[in-house]
Amino acid sequence: MSENTNHVMSAKDMSGVKRGQRVSVIISKILVYFFLIVIALAVIFPFYWMINSSLKDREEYELSVPTFIPRKFMFSNYAEAFRAGNLGRLFVNTMIVGVSSTLLSLVITVITAFALARLEFRGKNILFAGMLATMMIPGELFTITNYITVNELDWMHTYRVLIIPFLVSVFYIYLLRQNFLQIPDELYLAAKVDGTSDIKYLWKVMVPLSLPTLISITILKMMGAWNSYIWPRLVANDEAHKLITNGLRSMNLVYDDGTTNFPVQMAAVALVSIPLFLVFVFLRKYIMKGVSRSGIKG
Amino acid sequence: MVYNKRQWKAWIYLAPALILMAVFTLWPMINTIRMAFLNDYGLMSEHGGTVFKVGIANFVKVLQYKRFLSCLTTTMLLCVLTVPISTMLALLISVCLNSIKFLNRFLQTIYFLPYVTNSIAIGMVFAAMFNIVGTIVSPDLGNSSNIIVTAGIINNIIEFFGGQPIVWINAGSTYAANIAVMVIYIVWNALPFKILVLLGGLQSVNKQYYDAAKVDGTSRVRTFFRITVPLLSPMIAYVVITGFIGGFKEYSSVVGVFGPEMGPVGDSKRLNTMVGFIYDALENDNQGRASAAALILFVIIFIVTMINLYVSRKRTHY
Repeated sequence: MSENTNHVMSAKDMSGVKRGQRVSVIISKILVYFFLIVIALAVIFPFYWMINSSLKDREEYELSVPTFIPRKFMFSNYAEAFRAGNLGRLFVNTMIVGVSSTLLSLVITVITAFALARLEFRGKNILFAGMLATMMIPGELFTITNYITVNELDWMHTYRVLIIPFLVSVFYIYLLRQNFLQIPDELYLAAKVDGTSDIKYLWKVMVPLSLPTLISITILKMMGAWNSYIWPRLVANDEAHKLITNGLRSMNLVYDDGTTNFPVQMAAVALVSIPLFLVFVFLRKYIMKGVSRSGIKG
Repeated sequence: MVYNKRQWKAWIYLAPALILMAVFTLWPMINTIRMAFLNDYGLMSEHGGTVFKVGIANFVKVLQYKRFLSCLTTTMLLCVLTVPISTMLALLISVCLNSIKFLNRFLQTIYFLPYVTNSIAIGMVFAAMFNIVGTIVSPDLGNSSNIIVTAGIINNIIEFFGGQPIVWINAGSTYAANIAVMVIYIVWNALPFKILVLLGGLQSVNKQYYDAAKVDGTSRVRTFFRITVPLLSPMIAYVVITGFIGGFKEYSSVVGVFGPEMGPVGDSKRLNTMVGFIYDALENDNQGRASAAALILFVIIFIVTMINLYVSRKRTHY
């Protein structure tokens, strides 16, 4: 219909329409940018406020008209947060748990995904479907019995209670299996003809070819250790095994009069957030890949 | 023969994962159901030699428990408020972001920032932002309204625009104010994932549809509802379903803002969620009740997911 109207329009009308269109395009562009920038500011604001607050002294923090840049930069807040929050110990604990659970988890994920993608055995499809089905069940359902199990194994307040129950991730196995399936059969058959063992083929061909997925898994697993809160608080709430998020939440940073010492608390929060930012800045590509894959294939 | 040998090998590769899953996934499923259906089950009393009757007493007790109903209300409220708000906002942001070139990558990076944060840590930042740092000054005699000296940035902003400061999370705050803070925080936290999925969907949409719409002179609003939304419907369904699943399991963001007390000072547990209820029951050696609550949670999530799937099957364009 509009095609017909266009035909009967004179040149003058056309230019008028075009000018009107251009003005409306510019206005809508401005609105779009305005909206996007407002949202971006709202997204960034908590981070900015965290840093801003963490560098103030008490007097400045409690001003009724806030300052948007600290008058005097109190870097000592960071030293105090590190000391008072025992962050060094928390950091070491988290690294021990993060690194060992990531390494073990990678090994298990690789060999399981290999068996599911490459080897033939009876009941493979049923087994894989059953594993995927467990992803539907909320983790809390497992936690109740796992809490009892680790208690009876006498694993409470150890590193292994933080590592072993979560070594198998069906999601990572699924992710890697999909990746392995994309590697052509011919490579495997050629390797077999050459007399290469399965393990060697897995290590020399499949692992290097799926390195990006393995890196994504490593990052997500490390971030998991860094951010885990519920299970560590439940089973390893002692000083020697406390993880960083639990430690952060249970820090008792107060002034002598009992009010919370927010500047030091914000410094502690910033110290816990900085490693995540570094990961984000340098390894964003891999995180996004893992996330978007989980997003599309669900 | 070769086939047999390989079969045997496959199970060796699978063994570590299967053993771990048997202990930490399969057994918990069986045992949780068992504990849920043993009346008043408790681990201590079982060790003490108590024999439990099979029945549904745990479920009845949980459902009659006032604390549980308040947990259920809070969880539902957070779900019903945050999922639509964050989905619509993410959709709007994605469509806008997809229509621009300048600053596109930069803004995309910023929007993704909350994804790689620690929900406890940033919850504490939100708590600081909504907090009242100063003291509540008692008014002069005759003046009925309290004057609050604030150093909380959110109240500073409200006052800047001429509004009245609100007690958001401190002692004496209202339930509505607490929920508002949680909704803002959860939406802020949920945006990156939703934007990522929806933007990915938008980028894979065939440009021809839009060119055709342009030729026909279709309005932007109409293009959005008639082309963008239908084409994105699988992704929208996906973020809504995962949003509801995550929403029903909400716990650590409340801990982030309110601490393990799950409520403002003087009214702890006010904002407790279903997951929080399960952990409380677990820590009080009430494994039977915890299991029953976990199964109820599972059933609710299952039903909501099925409803979502059913609706999206009917509505989804594909």
